[in-house]
Amino acid sequence: MAFDKQEAKSVLLSPIFTNNPIALQVLGICSALAVTVKLETALVMSLALTVVTAFSNLLISLIRKHIPSSIRIIVQMTIIASLVILVDQILKAYAYEVSKQLSVFVGLIITNCIVMGRAEAYAMKNGPVMSFLDGIGNGLGYSVLLIAVAIVRELFGSGKLLGYTILNPVSDGGWYQTNGLLLLPASSFFIIGLLIWALRTWKTNQVEDKE
Amino acid sequence: MANKESPIKTIVVAVLLSLVCSIVVSYAAIKLKPQQQMNKALDKKLNILMAAGMVENPVAADVASLFEQVEARVVDLASGEFVEAPEGFDQREFAKNAATSIKLDSEVDLGGIGSRSKLASVYIVRKDGKFDTLILPMHGKGLFSTLYGFVALDSDLKTIKGIKYYEHGETPGLGGEVENPLWLAKWPGKEALNDNGEPIITLVKNGADETTEVDALSGATWTSNGVQNMLHFWLGDNGFGPFLDKVRAGGL
Repeated sequence: MAFDKQEAKSVLLSPIFTNNPIALQVLGICSALAVTVKLETALVMSLALTVVTAFSNLLISLIRKHIPSSIRIIVQMTIIASLVILVDQILKAYAYEVSKQLSVFVGLIITNCIVMGRAEAYAMKNGPVMSFLDGIGNGLGYSVLLIAVAIVRELFGSGKLLGYTILNPVSDGGWYQTNGLLLLPASSFFIIGLLIWALRTWKTNQVEDKE
Repeated sequence: MANKESPIKTIVVAVLLSLVCSIVVSYAAIKLKPQQQMNKALDKKLNILMAAGMVENPVAADVASLFEQVEARVVDLASGEFVEAPEGFDQREFAKNAATSIKLDSEVDLGGIGSRSKLASVYIVRKDGKFDTLILPMHGKGLFSTLYGFVALDSDLKTIKGIKYYEHGETPGLGGEVENPLWLAKWPGKEALNDNGEPIITLVKNGADETTEVDALSGATWTSNGVQNMLHFWLGDNGFGPFLDKVRAGGL
């Protein structure tokens, strides 16, 4: 298969803004709500999801010609689940604190619609290299939103970024009155909503037609 | 090669895939186990230190060197005497084994744990050679899960220095608030036992006034009951009661 540089670039970059899995396709919202209280957990989660999506796409694409269509979803799930367990085990061994905070959400990558969606929609039909890039691209798209939400929530919710105090909160004798709402999961709904609004104002072709 | 949609091909693919995936997963699980257990042990030590209020900032704490102040011993719960720790002592494993545990009748089994190990770990902190803090492990049923934690008692063996849970499966935001530092901060200074060594601490609704009362967790009645019950069990006659009597009589 010929390697098309132009297409590779678009596969890698388009999910970041033009076809963002969270903002446009509204997939993977569950974890986006839960792990964005702190930037650190969001970063680890983004990394974990990107790795899983990339490698599940790669592996599924490699064996796509041998996957019988009757069991293709199960095959995809098995590969994804194995990868997620692998990531979970590695986190437990080398980033114990973070893995405790992420708790079930690493495991829930298995059911994250982005991973499954890319496997079914892209990796089953395209070559391994492109599928791998597509996985990384979608992982990045997810990461960009997650990190943006986490920055807003941690900075204005607790006055910190990555645990370092930026805005000195009143509770520690500073001046910044922390916004408790941002520490609750509901606030990421608002932030994601605002981000989608901003994105669609910028890229007007993402606005759906009036029904 | 047969058509990829044929039943034989389908089974072959399924078997091969499962085989490869299971090998990868088990290899990783076994290979990473020592590292994970080390993390778990370190986390447990950190929680012991936190129960005793010896850690200001859990992120930056040097657990290994702080833990040098802690003396880990094993006691026989029935007699309250110190015993030599058996090879590879693990209280949870011991509680499951009929030979090393006793079955608890439902009247006395406040924690809902079924059986308890005959031996139990205790952790002693001395300051300038004098007994300062006693940290006891405890566990018991909450709503969905068994909660594992520690309670630290001051040298008068009545006043709580702190409690801490390190493992549970309660609902995040409700029962899971047993981990909330703001709630845990309500515990130090409360009285767990009266002068006769009977557990008197209670978790109450509508605001705790007495020194023997702690605010229960909102929306988590069962978890709060579980916390109270396990404290009463482990500090009572069927838990560390005999050991506490011994310490009260003879000191440490």
